[in-house]
Amino acid sequence: MSVALDLRLKRANKVYHEGEVLAGVVVITSKEAVQHQGISLTMEGLVNLQLSSKSVGVFEAFYNSVKPIQLISSNIEVAKPGKVPGGKTEIPFEFPLQAKGNKMLYETYHGVFVNIQYTLRCDMRRPLLAKDLSKTCEFMLHCQPQKSKVQPTPVDFTITPETLQNVKERTSLPKFVIRGHLDATNCVITQPLTGELVVESSEVAIKSIELQLVRVETCGCAEGYARDATEIQNIQIAEGDVCHGLPIPIYMVFPRLFTCPTLETTNFKVEFEVNVVIVLHDDHLITENFPLKLCRV
Amino acid sequence: MLETRFHSIALYSVFFRHARVRKYGAELQRCRLDAVPVDLGDYHPLKPITVTDSRSRRGGRKGSTSSSSSSSSSVAPDPLSSMLEGTDPLSLFAAASASETPTLSHSSSSVELGRKRRENEEEVGADFEPWSAKRGEILARFTTTEKLSINLFMGSDKNKASSPSSAVSEKVRTRLEELDDLEEGSQRELLNLSQQDYVNRIEELNQSLKEAWSSDQKVKALKIVIQCSKLLSDTSVIQFYPSKFVLITDILDTFGRLVYERIWSMCSDPRPIPDSFSVEDVNDTAKETCLNWFFKIASIRELIPRLYVEAAILKCNRFLNKTGIQETLPRLTAMIRGIGDPLVAVYARAYLCRVGMEVAPHLKDSLNKNFFDLLASFRQIHGDTVQNQLVIQRVEIPVYLTLYSPAIHWILQCVAYRAPDVLLTEMMERCKKLGNNALLLNSVMWAFRPEFVAARATDFIGMIKDCDEAGFPKHLLFGSLGRSLACADPPESERLPILNEAWKVITKVRSPQDYINCAEIWVEFTCRHFTKREVNTVLADIIKHMTPDRAFEDAYPQLQSVMKKILTYFHNFSVLFSMEKFLPFLDMFQKDSVRVEVCKSIMEVFIKHQQEPTRDPVILNALLHVCKTMHDSVNALTVEDEKRSLALLINGFIRMVSFGRDFEQQLSFCVEARATFCNLEPVIIQLIHTVNQLAMETRRVMGGSHSRKTAAFVRACAAYSFITIPSLTSIFSRLHLYLLSGQVALANQCLSQADAFLKAAVSVLPEVPRTISVEGKQRSSEAFLLDFINSFLSTLLVVPDHPEQGVLYLVRGLLNMVQDYTWEDNSDAKVRVYISALPLLAAMSQESYLYTIPKVDSNETLYGGDPKFVAEISRLCETLIGQVLDHLKTLGREEGVRRQGSLAFSLFSTLLAHGDLRNNKLNQLAVNLWNLSHKNGHCDTRTSVRTLEHIKQQAQQPELSHLSDMLLRLSLQSRA
Repeated sequence: MSVALDLRLKRANKVYHEGEVLAGVVVITSKEAVQHQGISLTMEGLVNLQLSSKSVGVFEAFYNSVKPIQLISSNIEVAKPGKVPGGKTEIPFEFPLQAKGNKMLYETYHGVFVNIQYTLRCDMRRPLLAKDLSKTCEFMLHCQPQKSKVQPTPVDFTITPETLQNVKERTSLPKFVIRGHLDATNCVITQPLTGELVVESSEVAIKSIELQLVRVETCGCAEGYARDATEIQNIQIAEGDVCHGLPIPIYMVFPRLFTCPTLETTNFKVEFEVNVVIVLHDDHLITENFPLKLCRV
Repeated sequence: MLETRFHSIALYSVFFRHARVRKYGAELQRCRLDAVPVDLGDYHPLKPITVTDSRSRRGGRKGSTSSSSSSSSSVAPDPLSSMLEGTDPLSLFAAASASETPTLSHSSSSVELGRKRRENEEEVGADFEPWSAKRGEILARFTTTEKLSINLFMGSDKNKASSPSSAVSEKVRTRLEELDDLEEGSQRELLNLSQQDYVNRIEELNQSLKEAWSSDQKVKALKIVIQCSKLLSDTSVIQFYPSKFVLITDILDTFGRLVYERIWSMCSDPRPIPDSFSVEDVNDTAKETCLNWFFKIASIRELIPRLYVEAAILKCNRFLNKTGIQETLPRLTAMIRGIGDPLVAVYARAYLCRVGMEVAPHLKDSLNKNFFDLLASFRQIHGDTVQNQLVIQRVEIPVYLTLYSPAIHWILQCVAYRAPDVLLTEMMERCKKLGNNALLLNSVMWAFRPEFVAARATDFIGMIKDCDEAGFPKHLLFGSLGRSLACADPPESERLPILNEAWKVITKVRSPQDYINCAEIWVEFTCRHFTKREVNTVLADIIKHMTPDRAFEDAYPQLQSVMKKILTYFHNFSVLFSMEKFLPFLDMFQKDSVRVEVCKSIMEVFIKHQQEPTRDPVILNALLHVCKTMHDSVNALTVEDEKRSLALLINGFIRMVSFGRDFEQQLSFCVEARATFCNLEPVIIQLIHTVNQLAMETRRVMGGSHSRKTAAFVRACAAYSFITIPSLTSIFSRLHLYLLSGQVALANQCLSQADAFLKAAVSVLPEVPRTISVEGKQRSSEAFLLDFINSFLSTLLVVPDHPEQGVLYLVRGLLNMVQDYTWEDNSDAKVRVYISALPLLAAMSQESYLYTIPKVDSNETLYGGDPKFVAEISRLCETLIGQVLDHLKTLGREEGVRRQGSLAFSLFSTLLAHGDLRNNKLNQLAVNLWNLSHKNGHCDTRTSVRTLEHIKQQAQQPELSHLSDMLLRLSLQSRA
């Protein structure tokens, strides 16, 4: 006797906004009638914060994780104890997506030290000798579009040995001139990061040029706060000794889930940066950092 | 002796057999059919059946295809052309398949037509050489003997990618990196692969891609594709790179197709969506899946895999939005600028162009952009990085540059496809600005329309001269130019200078292989526009280059192609053979198989194009030489088919030789030919026929009466045949030729020769084997033999008896042979011959014969109806009938009643037709035979009824009235 429990959301992309209604159906499929002691649905939105071992030490990191912040939570009973007939049974449900109290629903974000996640869980309690059934599905929340207009704020940059910081022996550096621009540092999250880059000259052949997307997460807690930068993805835009003087496009799509509009709350912050990394053939690594501000329109 | 033998046989019953007296003229008159005027409108089975197109003109498909009727309309419309109304059916279907509902209707509205036309513009037509055509060529051309390696980097990037974050949660890490890893932690590097191993490995990967896909492991499939496209960034063993590109892009194509089909099938839930769907037809799930693919691919770390994989699924953009493809193409084009290695970059461009042409051929801009980017980064080829690499790999610059050709050709082909001349001119100018790079120029000539190139041929020659060689050999450039000029004509006035300029360069090429490759191309241009003088010069040059060190031995394919081109343009063989260098050129083919091949192609062209018979000594000598070469290639190992085809060609030649009125010359040609082609039996047969024909032609010219000289000549012809025939192995060929030659000799009043032929035929008869092989199967020769004997018998009517031999010498000789021949057991063949000899004897006893040969006295005149002669014939008949009756008797005893019946019936019919049934005994015999044939009920009732009717009809004639009495005695046996 096998019973399958499934959750199906109405929207294929599972993306919802605050104030909307999360709708879908619980699907129970079974060959025979199923005896149960109640079916319930739980919807929950949580912010999980974790302290980095770098800032607070291994043990504290392990024990002292900050309490999760609940953004939304509700629970309804779908069916009273009884029997579900055999075959396929669909039970529709709806949840209003309304934040608790004066909180707001942050956008779904999967990070390293900060995780914002919305889940929907369905439980079917069953009598003795039968395992309770449970099914969880995650849905995405996108925050409301920003009202104010986004200024693109383009940035021009030039990288030469002279513009570099953190150089130990400036004399051993090969000569190079790399110019470029980013079309915007105030980026719309659904639009790619674009720009151009020209290798005007380089004494040493170039091995690779990459775009490194970095998240900067800050968690506040009793002892102060921890700020950590980690890589999200690294996209190569040039391989080998590229043609000098020919503009190379800078293009990167912001990955879903791993990025969200730049977020600043009392307890935590999520920010993003992009590094243009130039690797020379003698393994010199040149990095130029640009803070980004992501938003949704 | 013969006579005595027949007499010694105890006669079963003695009949005095009389031949019925025949009046052939009157009979013929009676038998002649009434002339019935033919009504043209009538149905006639042989009239071409006309299929009237009964489709409803509008409903295109619904009309039944089987409805056909024969109609008598005078102009029969060709059903194919009427259906398609002149349009090329293939292109029409191609266009139709693009639109949702194929319409074949004639009256499609103008809107529809407009739509179709527009679609046609967007489609790639048949004149675009597809990639699949290039594929094999590249694989065959770019090979290597060096060892290759496949490195599937399984997570080797892990250290680098996750360097800043040692604390990344495991979950996130795997999610990000599973795109890079094929199987977690397993790094495979396959070293030391031979080229074949490499190809096999790639094929394995292709298979595992399909398997992964079908077992729903989409992520694994993506990983495989990423790993494969990563291999394209590896340029070690650079000579193999183009082939590697071909192999790997095959995998990418598979992948692109799989993804597209899957998403497409997701949308076709209630019903399949049409091929020309719009974004609105796509449901959310499909869109989401598609988007997912694009996000996944956008996060591929390395540039080259990201580029290739996104290009592979370019078509899927159609599911997301209308403008997706036209936004993506330029972006991907720009992305290629990031590829440092020029070779890798140019192939990436070729792939992008290829996908672009497939998916959106109307988006020309990005094609052009690709080309301009290519020009902009062209200097990279001569950069330090590349040069260093070449030194390490020990690859010469010219070899390296040719690696670019397939990709640049392809890009230019895409760019030039249906492009306006203005654009092409601009492209050319841009190439020029780049310092007339030879590599580019070469591709331009390859890819641009031949007409375009041909119109500017002089310019091109100038450019070729100007361009710095930079390692790219000039003869290749001239080769490319020649290829264009072979298809399109340059302005008339420029042709000779072009040829001169080109040949000046070609003749300086040192390596014979390079030389012949280039010369072969230019031969076409030369043949097409110039006379034999120029072609002769070219041939002389080729001979000069290819003779030293027997260089021609390595260039047979090219030389053959030269020959083929010459033969395509020169159909006049007297011109062809008057070229001084043609035969010396032919002599360069020294390998037997190739030589015969070339000779065959010459003969084929000759047979196809020579309209008039010829006596031109130049042609004859040369072709005799060619045919002799073919003939001499025949040996014990030659297969039957090959012999047949060679003989066919030689026969074709012999038929085309005619010396007009100079018959003696013709005969001496045949003598010579017989000596030359003695190994090919069909040729010998043809020669005998030719000579016989010659004799008959002589007779015709002389109006039937030979002079002394011509009489001697026809005797010579007969002698030729007589001594040639015995050399044939096929017994039936010999028999028929003896008979035929005998007839010809008789027609030419060569009585003793005719006698000799017929005697020879009779003497050969006992040698006929019981079985012969017909088309490889053993079959009984009986039927063939009977056929021959019957036609032989009919000839014997006109052959006069030899004065020194006895009466009916040949007939008796034949019958003796028949009696002695070992027939098959249980066969009636012998008796059937006897029965068929009876009509001959009956015809011989007439006062005037059914047919005679002019100026030859047959037995009718020789004996003048001498009673002795008639008596001799009657005796012979008696003997024959006696033999037949004996045989009938033996059959009655055995199980052969059925055979007995049928034999009796045929003897009855013969008697009825040829015997004088007024003779009572004969009459009684006929009635007995009738009864015998009906005794056992094995005869065909319908034939019997018809026979009776015939007799009834005959009996109405006054001289045959006795038949009506007999009719009363013939009873039809009623079947129980």
